[in-house]
Amino acid sequence: MPPLQNSPARQSGPQPAPSRRAFLAGAGGLVISVALPIKVRAQSGEETVLGAAGRGENLFTPNAFVRVSPDNLVTVLIKHIEFGQGPMTGLATLVADEMDADWAQIRAEHAPSNAEIYGNAAFGGIQGTGGSTAMAASYDLMRKAGAAAKAMLVAAAAQRWGVPVDQISVANGIINHPGSGRSGAFGEFADAAAQQTPPENPTLKTPDQFVYIGKDVPKLDTGAKSTGAAMFSLDVYREGMLTAVAAHPVKFGATPQSFDASKARAIKGVIDVKQVGDAVTVYARNTYAALKGRKALTIDWDERAAETRSTNAIAAERLDAVKNPGAVAGETGAVEAALAAAETSLEAEYVFPYLAHAPMEPLDGVIERSSDGGVDVWMGSQLQTGDHMTIAAVCGLEPAQVQLNTMLAGGSFGRRAQPTSQFAAELAATFMAAGGETPVKLMWTREDDIQGGFYRPLTVHRLRGGLDAEGRITAWEQTIAAQSFLAGSPFEGMVQNGVDATMVEGASVIPYAVPNFKTSAHIINNPVTTLWWRSVGHTHTGYAVETFIDELLEKAGKDPVEGRLAMMTDEKHARLAGVLRRVADLAGGMAAPAGRARGVAAVESFRSFVAQIAEVSIENGIPHIHKVWCAVDCGIAVNPDIIRAQMEGGIGYGLSAILFNELTLEEGGAVAQSNFHDYRSLRISEMPEVEVAIIASDAPPTGVGEPGVPPIGPAVANAVRRLAGRTPRRLPMIKDLQA
Amino acid sequence: MPVTFSVNGEKRTADVEPDTPLLWVLRDELQLTGTKFGCGIAQCGACTVHVNGAPRRSCVTPVGSLDGASITTIEGLESAEAQAVRDAWAEVDAPQCGYCQSGQIMSAAALLARNSNPTDTDIDNAMAGNICRCATYVRIRQAIRNAAEKLGG
Repeated sequence: MPPLQNSPARQSGPQPAPSRRAFLAGAGGLVISVALPIKVRAQSGEETVLGAAGRGENLFTPNAFVRVSPDNLVTVLIKHIEFGQGPMTGLATLVADEMDADWAQIRAEHAPSNAEIYGNAAFGGIQGTGGSTAMAASYDLMRKAGAAAKAMLVAAAAQRWGVPVDQISVANGIINHPGSGRSGAFGEFADAAAQQTPPENPTLKTPDQFVYIGKDVPKLDTGAKSTGAAMFSLDVYREGMLTAVAAHPVKFGATPQSFDASKARAIKGVIDVKQVGDAVTVYARNTYAALKGRKALTIDWDERAAETRSTNAIAAERLDAVKNPGAVAGETGAVEAALAAAETSLEAEYVFPYLAHAPMEPLDGVIERSSDGGVDVWMGSQLQTGDHMTIAAVCGLEPAQVQLNTMLAGGSFGRRAQPTSQFAAELAATFMAAGGETPVKLMWTREDDIQGGFYRPLTVHRLRGGLDAEGRITAWEQTIAAQSFLAGSPFEGMVQNGVDATMVEGASVIPYAVPNFKTSAHIINNPVTTLWWRSVGHTHTGYAVETFIDELLEKAGKDPVEGRLAMMTDEKHARLAGVLRRVADLAGGMAAPAGRARGVAAVESFRSFVAQIAEVSIENGIPHIHKVWCAVDCGIAVNPDIIRAQMEGGIGYGLSAILFNELTLEEGGAVAQSNFHDYRSLRISEMPEVEVAIIASDAPPTGVGEPGVPPIGPAVANAVRRLAGRTPRRLPMIKDLQA
Repeated sequence: MPVTFSVNGEKRTADVEPDTPLLWVLRDELQLTGTKFGCGIAQCGACTVHVNGAPRRSCVTPVGSLDGASITTIEGLESAEAQAVRDAWAEVDAPQCGYCQSGQIMSAAALLARNSNPTDTDIDNAMAGNICRCATYVRIRQAIRNAAEKLGG
């Protein structure tokens, strides 16, 4: 199989950095580029351009994003990590469209870590991916990059042919001068184009001129992901590399007091054992020796600062807190008076458990000393700038001495977006503890992943609602208690006046006009580490709001769709109303065959709008989700098929959590679950049929990685209520229904 | 004790501890990195390979048990079923993150090799051991149907 010979992992001897060499191709397989003209060096200001040295100061220079090689390949540098949500194809589509390139000549590659050039405008300029921002933050930028590249190629052709620029046309990667019959491919002009001055404000296409935007362009990474050739961090093998596996604290906040590594050291292949931070780390010649070595360790943990309470106790503390209002996140009218005056009222408490992200590829990375005394790092970095700076600090280097290569990652769902760069710090510390010279791969196992914290926070909601005699909802009070993962991180600014924005998003403003409204929150911190989890606060606020409104509407004798629409009176919720109407049309209403019920939910998250209807039956106490209809409005649909795929994936990912998942701490503080046998994942037999409608829109594009998740839980729960007579409010759902 | 077996048609000898899982021999010793680690306890299927033509979780298969066996990994999967599966995968753009897809394709190709016209239940049964956290299941199912049709099953 010839392509395999080209994979860096399969070569012997010194190997070049894979992220600079391994280009993802279409269905044809892996293609390796020619050597780059300029070494891309993180933080140095250097960059690769159209075959020549470039200019780093202007963020909008096309040259940092587009590379045209003499062999006629157009490589688009992607500033966002690819872990399935589609930025490689999506961002390359924008460039290809403006260039009028042939899609077959397009390649995509992760950009180097360099916030100056590749920063995310939605993150204040640090380089990173999250909040479903990649497309929104790249739409104009990448189109300008493509348009500028095209203008420079056209200028080069005009010069060579001695014809005016405006007599030249471009289509499918071919530059034409119809008057003289001359034509040439991009590659023929790569060198000459590099001598042209980039236009400051290249003219962008109008939507009627788009050739790829809005079409189901095939994904660039499917081929390499179907042959085993796609390179993930775990696939990086370096000469002389040791594999490290760490024994992390079994309880949150514990630290190693002492350890006995004599049995571990006796295992063939084990090279060393070191304490690295709060972990005891085994270094070995191969992975299995490292795993066996870890199993052979005896460690005494100091648990004085550890969380030793059970999750039941933690939930009880939070349930107690929500009896009283917290810091106010949103308020209108006088909610207490309205509740007191209500004709009918409803009160509900919800408990949302800790959740692990459980991406298929657990955290991992490789680090080695570079020839110039710096370090080269390969990892699925989602917040490159923080990871980069952290690695430099831990290794005692200047940022310019660190080259961080972003690798394809086996999922993330938030897990790799670490505000405190905890994994990058562990990787660098593991390398330094072993002397800082030998290449090291640090690999977390599934047990590390499930038991290692950084969970979706255990969150409690209390809702109180009131209806007047006419069935109008006159009062809505929502109180939330959870821990905050933003304090002490670069994202601390998202906590204002005691309110963590990620805890109340989706609850501080609801789409339904209620005259007396109040949402407040309590931050109650504890040693269990937490993190954003695909769609963040909306994972619980969407569930609470959309099941509670459904129950209130039922009490008022109103239709779940029409009742919602009647309350979406504010113009800013018009697009949410639009997807709700669309999904109701798509599903043909809420009526279900005998033995089944339908539930609906609509959630705006990350500036995208998604409504879903789920058709459910319950067999032996277990909900079966037969079909989900989904309508999404994410502005201009750059690649409709990727949008559909993200809706399907968001539904499946959400279902796993809603039906099955919780992480529990036993009395004493140990995590009860450890792997996929007791932290269930949805399987193919449990995946519903999914039908997706995309709203035609000319609004600026917004993200789709997260917004497919929030509505599925409440849509299923609302169907379950119609079948089982009550809303599951203590998740996961199957456990609640069997309680 | 060195163990001798064939991998993708080539005779290979592994001089490792016999309890070493095949997964780590493939990855660490033979540099065949298309086979992935996901759980280590045969729960996720990311490590699926074919041993004597049948799908096997390489993460729990001690290499000492494989003397004389014929092993196929994603890199060496070249049957008519494999081609049909890869074409179908491309047709529906099945992968998202891609990490589980080697295992999915190994399981799908094995299914079609023994059952050229699988029902949805057959597909569920054959693929239930392969977790995809991106939940690409809708497309995997469609791709297997398409591949079966193309194979004329």
